[in-house]
Amino acid sequence: MLEIRNLAKSFGGVKATNDVSLDFPDGSLTAVIGPNGAGKSTFFNLITGALRPDSGEVLLDGVDLAGRSPPEIVRHGIGRAFQVASIFKSLTVQETMLAAVSADQRTSAVLHKRFPLPETRDRAEHVMELLGLAGKRHRTAATLSHGDQKLLDIALALVLEPKVLLLDEPTAGMGPEERWRMIDKVRELWETQKITVVFIEHDMDIVFKIAPKIIVLCYGRILATGTPDEIRNNSAVIEAYLGTEHAGAAA
Amino acid sequence: MTELEAGRAERLAPVRNGMALQRYRDVLIALIAFAVLASLPLFTGSKALLDFVIRCSAYGLFATSLNLLVGYTGLTSFGHGMFFGLGAYSFGLIMQKLGVPIPVAFVATLAITALIAAVIGAICVRLKEIYFAFVTLAFQMLIHSTILSWASFTGGDQGLRGGIPRPAFFGIDLSNHVHLYVTSCALLILGLLAMRQIAQSPFGFTLRMIRDNAARASFLGIDVWRAKLTVFVLAALFASIGGMVMALFVSGAYPEFAYWTISGEGIFINMLGGVSTFLGPMVGTVLLLLLNDTVTRFTEYHGIVLGVVILFFALGLRKGLLDFVAEWFSRRRDAGEGR
Repeated sequence: MLEIRNLAKSFGGVKATNDVSLDFPDGSLTAVIGPNGAGKSTFFNLITGALRPDSGEVLLDGVDLAGRSPPEIVRHGIGRAFQVASIFKSLTVQETMLAAVSADQRTSAVLHKRFPLPETRDRAEHVMELLGLAGKRHRTAATLSHGDQKLLDIALALVLEPKVLLLDEPTAGMGPEERWRMIDKVRELWETQKITVVFIEHDMDIVFKIAPKIIVLCYGRILATGTPDEIRNNSAVIEAYLGTEHAGAAA
Repeated sequence: MTELEAGRAERLAPVRNGMALQRYRDVLIALIAFAVLASLPLFTGSKALLDFVIRCSAYGLFATSLNLLVGYTGLTSFGHGMFFGLGAYSFGLIMQKLGVPIPVAFVATLAITALIAAVIGAICVRLKEIYFAFVTLAFQMLIHSTILSWASFTGGDQGLRGGIPRPAFFGIDLSNHVHLYVTSCALLILGLLAMRQIAQSPFGFTLRMIRDNAARASFLGIDVWRAKLTVFVLAALFASIGGMVMALFVSGAYPEFAYWTISGEGIFINMLGGVSTFLGPMVGTVLLLLLNDTVTRFTEYHGIVLGVVILFFALGLRKGLLDFVAEWFSRRRDAGEGR
């Protein structure tokens, strides 16, 4: 279980994350929404070690990870994908996966053997198939379509077999159809891999359709948490963020 | 064995064979290259040709090790030549002052280089791009001025004179020109083979990941700083071997070996030959030395000619020679598949 306790981070006078406490039970799927500048990405950066929190705790199965380095946090089981696909542009899909498994198995500093090590093969293969990238294994990452680059980014996080997977806008920059394909994939991964998934998303239709639980951030604070129905009818959320378009749409 | 395991074994077997083959192929190429080079003295009495190959060995080791930093890791060092100079001076000084057997001096020089590279690297590899380039350059200048000003120890601007003693070991007599030639070739081939192994190891792919996207690499659990420091020290070792070959060749060491222009030549060589293939720097070495030797014979303004050639590669081809050839082949192959 991932527990966030009183997490805070300021940039100058701006409180980007302001006393945030949240629980993400094992195997949960949670969407994080909020207007631009609400502190969603900062929240992810604090959990993954890209930023050092001013105060507060990030507990994964009781171990406090707040303020540790990204490699350490990854090794404890928190993986992430990025808003802009963060990949290795000159490596092929297959090389990317194999090298990532090597990093996870702590063989990334091995000098005397040839790449790839045989023991990295199965996991790389498994994740490529899971994300539908197996057919493009010999493509150089830079030549992949935008959608496939996003999938490769997620595959990079997933191949480390994380307990918690943080996805920063998995559908960013995609067309409507592609968005749904991506989000179905995310949901499928969550269902089959039994991991905790937290994702940031701007498209409310997607959020309300697939996330059992939603967190609304606003000015670094938690504005509301709840099921889609609760969020849709929460007056504070409607005022701050949703407007009246989505309000009561379920009714 | 279950059906699944059987399927897996089938899939893995060719991969394992493929990897083993790749390694045998490299060793085979190395053996052939060594056999060709080593048999050269049987066919030619030209001392100039053998000298040329010895110089290619020294510069080739140096330039290829620089490519481990520039091409594979994305660390553009402007001070890599300091390890070339360090190798030459350490080796020369140890031989002159201590009179130990050559293999002992060789290993001791590597140890000294590793130590100094670790200290300098620990400071430099944290820095980004242009800062890394300039701080490595600053360390190069520091070492160069130390050599110049510590005249009682290093001979100052006169260099290490009086020759480096070259006592025979294991039946190898490096004061014999052919022995020196074959030893240089052996060091070159072994060095290239070792660097090729580094480039194709899991560590080699870690370096490529760092070059492409260091932030992402750290989110995969890779300690970027440690990997950069490791390759910085490894590259320094091979540059140092290049310096030792040079010291043996000229039987001395001179401040120019540690001057920043050596680093500049290393960068030139990499631009000429190309950084995207393993042997690019080796091709570049041969090109630069050929150019140097032929142009200086005809004109004293060889700097201008070299500059024009560099401009041609940088602006005309926009890549090194071997990069250009490799790209041409892959484009032709793609076109062939398209049909």
